[in-house]
Amino acid sequence: MKIGVVVFPGSNCDHDCQHVVQDVLGQTVEMVWHKQTLPSGLDAVLLPGGFSYGDYLRTGAIARFSPVMAGVKEFANQGGLVMGICNGFQILLEAGLLPGVMLRNTSLNFICKDVYVKVENAATRFTNRCQSGQVLKIPIAHADGNYYTDPVTLGGIKANAQVIFRYCTTEGKVTSEANPNGSLDNIAGIMNAGGNVLGMMPHPERCAEVLLGNDAGRLIFLSMFESLDTSRVPVA
Amino acid sequence: MKAKIHVTLKQGILDPQGKAIEHALDSLGFKNVANVRVGKYMEVDVDETDRSKAEIQTKAMCEKLLANTVVEEYRYELG
Repeated sequence: MKIGVVVFPGSNCDHDCQHVVQDVLGQTVEMVWHKQTLPSGLDAVLLPGGFSYGDYLRTGAIARFSPVMAGVKEFANQGGLVMGICNGFQILLEAGLLPGVMLRNTSLNFICKDVYVKVENAATRFTNRCQSGQVLKIPIAHADGNYYTDPVTLGGIKANAQVIFRYCTTEGKVTSEANPNGSLDNIAGIMNAGGNVLGMMPHPERCAEVLLGNDAGRLIFLSMFESLDTSRVPVA
Repeated sequence: MKAKIHVTLKQGILDPQGKAIEHALDSLGFKNVANVRVGKYMEVDVDETDRSKAEIQTKAMCEKLLANTVVEEYRYELG
């Protein structure tokens, strides 16, 4: 399987994505510089974390207009699998591929720590290897993870099972204490209506191997590969 | 023509930066302040002499890039 990892000026989690997909999970990775046209023949596209364009103006606001994004939008519109992690999620929001915006964390702090998220929907191309309600420990590292959208859109994405991850306690309770950034409804990750585009603030690429003490993130990558072609999925 | 643009959070959107500044003002002794909201001010030189064309362009720049209209609103002056 060939996975494209887009690199914007200021992306810094692109190599972690490459390491997980290529070295840990044995798939082919193509690093795609933001000025390139998105290559054809990709099975999935990852938009990694980091500080594209220094978060100038608004996080992800300038990266969404990078030349490669025309191809990413086209790929997504054709049903291609796209995952945006952290800054990648912010870019997908600014690009309109996912609804809503990210605001500054209510604490105003950059928060870098392990958090717990509950899998709200395990019947997706990104969570089919998870159980519904499963609690995953995944690290976050962001200052702008406070997800917001208007009440009508929120109602819509909830009704349509597009909320995929919510911040929770270790026991899976969705509480305000478990919400690190003030995110609306504890939302940590959402999917588009078509089910092929996911954005999540936590970093699954930072916890995908046992050697690092936590391989919860592996489930998300394995789910993606499973949804692409069952026969080619590496053994978990 | 110079476009002077203000981009601010819409009413009702929580502004933690504004709140932090409000508390700081309070602790400095300015006890009668409220509703501190933080926005952005930008100046853009637009090479266009026709005022209505410059206005259309300024609006387009705001809608497309300078403001995220989900949570922000904008106003501008052209001079």
